[in-house]
Amino acid sequence: MNVRLYLWQRATAAVMAPLVMVHIAVIFYATRHGMSAADILSRTHGSFAWAAFYGLFVLAVSIHAAIGVRNILTEWTPLPERRVDACVVFFGLVLAVLGFRAVAAVVLW
Amino acid sequence: MVTGRAIKHRDSALWLAAMVHRISGLALALFLPLHFLTLGLAIEGEARLESFLRWSDQPLVKAAEIGLVFLFTVHLLGGLRILVIENFDWRDGQKQLATLAAALSAIVAFAFLVRVF
Repeated sequence: MNVRLYLWQRATAAVMAPLVMVHIAVIFYATRHGMSAADILSRTHGSFAWAAFYGLFVLAVSIHAAIGVRNILTEWTPLPERRVDACVVFFGLVLAVLGFRAVAAVVLW
Repeated sequence: MVTGRAIKHRDSALWLAAMVHRISGLALALFLPLHFLTLGLAIEGEARLESFLRWSDQPLVKAAEIGLVFLFTVHLLGGLRILVIENFDWRDGQKQLATLAAALSAIVAFAFLVRVF
């Protein structure tokens, strides 16, 4: 892993640490009486705060996961570096698109 | 050929901690697209998301969710351990810290188990 990717990996980890803690707390809160779509959507619908929170989360996790998968593919597979890079850029973009779509789904719809 | 000497480091608790961090991260990376697709069901309406959530009430799915909560927590704590080691002047107690991360994750996952069953 080069220095630039190393710094992105650590920076996104530092950004996500508090987000993950809040998300785990939300998981526990959301499952207190069993999880329902009405409960989830009543909390998130029209909420700028949740949109910003999960939007930042999606951005950070897309970068973090793509770099992590890149490290694994580089070390554990014989794939050439250029192919690995293409795969993980695609993976990161798919995560970002699906993630932002999910945020929009629970905040806007 | 892999010699005993070459894999001796695998007996180390810190090697195990690094491997747990890697495997949990990989598992979470594979789970994330499914998680996002599930939440995206809300685009088709609340009823569609609700229908999926009721499907996820099955014991096997709940068991998988408990596993995910464990992986999520252990990856968080393992990541915090790495950030602390790399950014602070702290060299002692790393094995204890790794063990603590695993133990805390097990407690969080167990608390989730009690909650969902």
